[in-house]
Amino acid sequence: MLENFLKKYFGRSLWVYHCNSGGCNGCDIEVVNVLTPYYDVERFGMKLVGSPRHADVMLCQGPAGRATAPALKRAYEAMAAPKLVFAIGSCACGGGVWHDTYNVLGPVEKVIPVNFYVPGCPPRPEAIIYGVALALGLVKKKAVPTQYHPIQFPVVRYHPDEIIDINGWETYEKLERV
Amino acid sequence: MSLVSKIKEAVLCLKAGRVTLSYPINPRPVPARFRGRPVFDPNKCIGCAGCANNCPAREILIKDACQEIRVVKYIGRRCTYCGRCADLCPEKAITMSPEYENASENGHDIEQNLEIWMSTCQRCGRCFKDALPIDGLMMRGFRSDNVDSELWVYKSKGYLDVDPVTSDIDISVDEA
Repeated sequence: MLENFLKKYFGRSLWVYHCNSGGCNGCDIEVVNVLTPYYDVERFGMKLVGSPRHADVMLCQGPAGRATAPALKRAYEAMAAPKLVFAIGSCACGGGVWHDTYNVLGPVEKVIPVNFYVPGCPPRPEAIIYGVALALGLVKKKAVPTQYHPIQFPVVRYHPDEIIDINGWETYEKLERV
Repeated sequence: MSLVSKIKEAVLCLKAGRVTLSYPINPRPVPARFRGRPVFDPNKCIGCAGCANNCPAREILIKDACQEIRVVKYIGRRCTYCGRCADLCPEKAITMSPEYENASENGHDIEQNLEIWMSTCQRCGRCFKDALPIDGLMMRGFRSDNVDSELWVYKSKGYLDVDPVTSDIDISVDEA
C-alpha cells in the first residue's frame, strides 16, 4: 500500500533534507557522494535542500543524542506531510557502537518515526541508492530474517556395553567413582 | 574573463562524457575482502559466545533457553560490519559476505536466530557449575538488577524497554 502511494505521489521527484544529529560524519560523506555525478541520484529527481520546510524526505544520520533530540524533533515537525524518514547508517538504525554512552538516547526512531532503514557503517553509496530505489519500488527487498532450529538432535554417545537393562528400561549408569 | 573560464569548464565537462554508474539496473560488484553483512553458519557454530563477547556494539546476544539449547541472536541494526566476530570465531562459522544491499522498511529484517545444541557433561549428564561465584555472576549479567532482562547475557540497552537509557531528560518541543 505504501508502494502504491509512493508511486502515485512521489513518482516525479523527492526533495531531500539531510539531518545529522550527532554522528561521526561518515554517513554524511556517503550521502553527499550519492549526490555527485558518479553515483548520481539526481537522475531520480532528488535534490538536496537547505530547509526541512522544503523537503519531502529526511535522511537522518547519527544517533539521537540528548542535546540534539529536541532539534531533531523540530526538524521533523517542520516538514510538511506526506513525508518520509530514512535512517542511514548503523547509528541511526540502532544506536551504533554508541548506544550506551552518556549522551546517546538511542536510535533515531526513539524520537521520530522511521520509514526505511539503511544499515552500514558507513553504508556504501550503492547501498543508499538501493534503499532509495526500494522506497520508489524499483527493486525488490533482499534482507530476510533467518532462523535455524535443529530438527535432528545429535546422537548421545554411550558405549553399548554400559547400557544395562533394569525393569525393562535401557539404563546407563556410571558405576565408577569420579 | 569569466566567460572564458565558463567555456573552459563546459569543454572539460563535455569531454568527460557520461560518468554516471547505472547502478540499480546493472549490479555493481564489490572489491575483494569486502566486509558486508555477517552470515552465521549454524552447522559450524559450537556456541562458545566468543563473538558476543567481542562485538563492540553488543549486537550478538546469547541465551541458554534450556539445558541443552543455546540461542545465538544477531540483531543486525547496530552492526558496524567490523568483522571482529568473524576474526575471532574458532570454527570459522561467521563469514563476512559481500552483501551490502541490506535496506528495508522493517528494522528486524536482518536478524539471524540460531539454536545450537550443546552437549552435556560426559560424567554426570548435567551442565557443569562454574568454579567461582563471580563467573556465575558474569554469565547471569551482574549489570542488571531485573530478573527478566537478566536472561539475555550481554544484553543491549538500546531495545529492551525494561531498562531505559536515560530517565532524567524529557524531550519536548519548545513552543516558540
